[in-house]
Amino acid sequence: MRKMLTIISNILRGSASRNGAELVSEGARVVVSARTYADFTPQATFDIKKCDLHKLEEGPPLQAVLSREEGLQYYRTMQTMRRMELKADQLYKQKIIRGFCHLYDGQEACAVGIEAGINLSDHLITAYRAHGYTLTRGGTVREIMAELTGRRGGIAKGKGGSMHMYTKHFYGGNGIVGAQVPLGAGVALACKYLGKNELCVCLYGDGAANQGQIFETYNMASLWKLPCIFICENNKYGMGTSVERAAASTDYYKRGDFIPGLRVDGMDVLCVREATKLAAEHCRSGKGPILMELQTYRYHGHSMSDPGVSYRTRDEIQEVRSKSDPISMLKDRMLSNNMASVEELKEIDVEVRKEIEDAAQFATTDPEPPLDDLCNHIFYNDPPMEVRGTNPWTKLKSVS
Amino acid sequence: MASLRCFLRSGKNAVSAGLRREFHRTPPAAVQVTVRDALNQAMDEELERDERVFLLGEEVAQYDGAYKISRGLWKKYGDKRIIDTPITEMGFAGIAVGAAMAGLRPICEFMTFNFSMQAIDQVINSAAKTYYMSAGLQPIPIVFRGPNGASAGVAAQHSQCFAAWYSHCPGLKVVSPWSAEDSKGLLKSAIRDDNPVVFLENELMYGVPFEMSEEAQSKDFIIPIGKAKLERQGNHVTLVSHSRMVSLCLDAAAVLAKEGIECEVINMRTIRPLDAEAIETSIMKTNHLITVEGGWPQFGVGAEILARIMEGPAFNYLDAPAVRVTGVDIPMPYAKILEDNSIPQIKDIIFSVKKTLNV
Repeated sequence: MRKMLTIISNILRGSASRNGAELVSEGARVVVSARTYADFTPQATFDIKKCDLHKLEEGPPLQAVLSREEGLQYYRTMQTMRRMELKADQLYKQKIIRGFCHLYDGQEACAVGIEAGINLSDHLITAYRAHGYTLTRGGTVREIMAELTGRRGGIAKGKGGSMHMYTKHFYGGNGIVGAQVPLGAGVALACKYLGKNELCVCLYGDGAANQGQIFETYNMASLWKLPCIFICENNKYGMGTSVERAAASTDYYKRGDFIPGLRVDGMDVLCVREATKLAAEHCRSGKGPILMELQTYRYHGHSMSDPGVSYRTRDEIQEVRSKSDPISMLKDRMLSNNMASVEELKEIDVEVRKEIEDAAQFATTDPEPPLDDLCNHIFYNDPPMEVRGTNPWTKLKSVS
Repeated sequence: MASLRCFLRSGKNAVSAGLRREFHRTPPAAVQVTVRDALNQAMDEELERDERVFLLGEEVAQYDGAYKISRGLWKKYGDKRIIDTPITEMGFAGIAVGAAMAGLRPICEFMTFNFSMQAIDQVINSAAKTYYMSAGLQPIPIVFRGPNGASAGVAAQHSQCFAAWYSHCPGLKVVSPWSAEDSKGLLKSAIRDDNPVVFLENELMYGVPFEMSEEAQSKDFIIPIGKAKLERQGNHVTLVSHSRMVSLCLDAAAVLAKEGIECEVINMRTIRPLDAEAIETSIMKTNHLITVEGGWPQFGVGAEILARIMEGPAFNYLDAPAVRVTGVDIPMPYAKILEDNSIPQIKDIIFSVKKTLNV
C-alpha cells in the first residue's frame, strides 16, 4: 500500500505544475501525521490571479500559502456544498422541495473563501442564494435540507424555507433584492458601536448591484466609516439578464465610487480568501468600507424553474465546468503538489455523499411542523396572544 | 384654540396644577407638559437607561429635530447615539433594522410617515416578518416614529395617514398616542419592546400642553401597548378614536352633553393589537358605536373596528348600525377651506351621533 502510494505521489509530483504552482520544500519529506499514508506536503504556495484595483494602493499578495489541513477542509466544505445543492435539485424535481430554490453550485469558492478570510465572530448577510453561506456560517446539512423540505427539524422550523435561513451572526437569506445591503451596513454599525472589532460581510449579486438602496448604503457606510465588506457576487446573469444588458457599467468593483474596490477571481478559493483577508484588515483598521467583486458562475439557472439555457449557451456552461470549476481547481492543486492522495479525496467524497444522503433521508422523513406552531413567533418576549384564524370563530394561540 | 378647549375638557382645573411645591400638605404636583416635551423626555430617559438605544433620522442631531422633538439630545449624548442621516429613507431604515438585528435598539425617525413609503419594504419585509421567518431566532427591537396624518396646509403628498397600512401587517405593533402622558408612556414602552413598533405621532399635537401627573413624570412610567383608555364616561354612544381626533371627540361630547347626550370616548392608544374588548365592553353599555379617524375610509381603522364588532359578542348589543367618521376620500387639498372640509370636524361627529341615535 505504502509503496503504491509512493509511486503514485512520485508520478503526480513529476507532472507539470498547474497554474504555475511551486513546491516549497520545507521538510517536505517529513511525515506529518501518524497515518499510514505516504508523506504529504504539509503546505504549498500557489500563484493566484492579480486583482484589478480601484482606489487601492495595494492589492492582495500574488501568492497564497495553503496548508494540507486547510486544503482538505476547503475541499470537504465545497464538496459538501456542491452535493447538497445537487441533492436539493433532485428533491425539487421530485416535488419534495417546493416554491423558490436558488442553487449555488459553481460558486462554492466564494462562500468558502470568504469564510476563510474572516472569523465566525464576524457577521455576514446575503440574498436568496444562501444555502452555501448557511453552511459556512454554522448550519448543518440536515437542518438546511429539512428547512428546504419544510419540516420541523429545519433550521427555521420549516417556517422560512430556502430564502430565510439564519444562524448566529448570519442574518439570512433575504428575499427582497438589494434589501440586505442596508441591513448589512446596519450590522456593521452595531459592530462599530459595540466596539468588538467585528465586521460585517454584506453580499449581493450583479442584478442587485443596480439597486438604489445599495448606493444609499455606500454613502452612509463611507460617511460613517462602517466596518463593512460589500461583496458583489457577479455570476454574469441577473436571473435571465446578462450583465451587459443590465448595467451601464459592469465594473462592479468600481461602482462604490469613493469606496476602494477590487475585482477577484471568484472561482479560486485562495484568491477569494486572500482578497477577503485584505478587505477584513482594511475594515478592522478603521478605514471604513471596502468593495469586492467576485467573478463567479452558477451552473444552474436562476432558480429551479429556470433551465438556464434560454439566455446563455450550454457550451458556455460546459466550458466553465471544465476549465474553471472551483472544486476541480483545488483538487488538482492539492494532488499535483502531493498535499493529498486521490484515495483520500475519494474518501472525503464518500463521507460527504453519506452525509448528504443521511440529511436527505432526515429531510424527507421528518414530520412537518405541528399546526400549533402556525401562529407562534410573531413577537419576541411577549405574553401569549390570540390570533384570528381564517374565520371569526377560529381563535388561534400565539406564543413568543 | 382647539388645544385650549381640549385642555379644559380634561376635567381638571388648570389653576390647581400646583406648579410650586411649597407645603408638604399640597397634593402631588401635576405639571403642564406639551406632547413634544413628553416625547423628548421619553427618549432622553430611555437613552440614559440603556446604552444600546440610539436615534437616527434626518435632522435629529444638530438641527434638534425637524419638529424639535429631539431637542437637546445630541448635545447631551453626542454623535454616537444621535445620528443625522442623509435623505435616504430606504437606506437608513434598512441600516436601523440591521443594527437592531445585531443587538442595538434603534429609534428610526421618519420626518413624516409619508416618507416612510420609500422605506416601507424595510419596515414590513425586513423588520415585521423576520422573527416569524426565522422561527424565533432573530428578534428586531426597533421603533419607527414620526408625525403621521394631516398637518396644516402641507397638501396631498405630506398629509397621508398610515395607521391602516401598517396595522394591516402581522409582526408590527402600531401605536398612536393622543396626550402627553400617552406619548411619554407609550414611547417608553415602544423603546423597551423587543419587537418592531410603528409609533404614529401627530404634528398638530406636538405643541399641545396636557396635565401630566406626578406618576407620569417618573422615569419608570410606561403605558402598556395594546390597551385603550376610557377618556370620558357616557351612556348613550361610544366614540372610538385615536390621536388628534380624540380631542375632537371630547369637544363634540361636551357640546352634546348640553343636549343631554352623554358620549363615552375611548382613546385607542394602540391600533395594533387592537383593544377590541374595551370597545365591546363600552358598546354593551351604550348600544351605539361611532369610530372617528383622520384617515381615509376605505379599508381603514374604522372599517376594521366595525368588522370586529360585527364578528364579536357586542353585535347583539347594537341598537343601530355602527358607523365611521373619517377623512374625505380624496387626496388632501391645499386651500384652507378645502382642507378644513377634508377631515372630520366637531360638527361632523355631532351630526353622526344624532343620526345614529335618531334624534
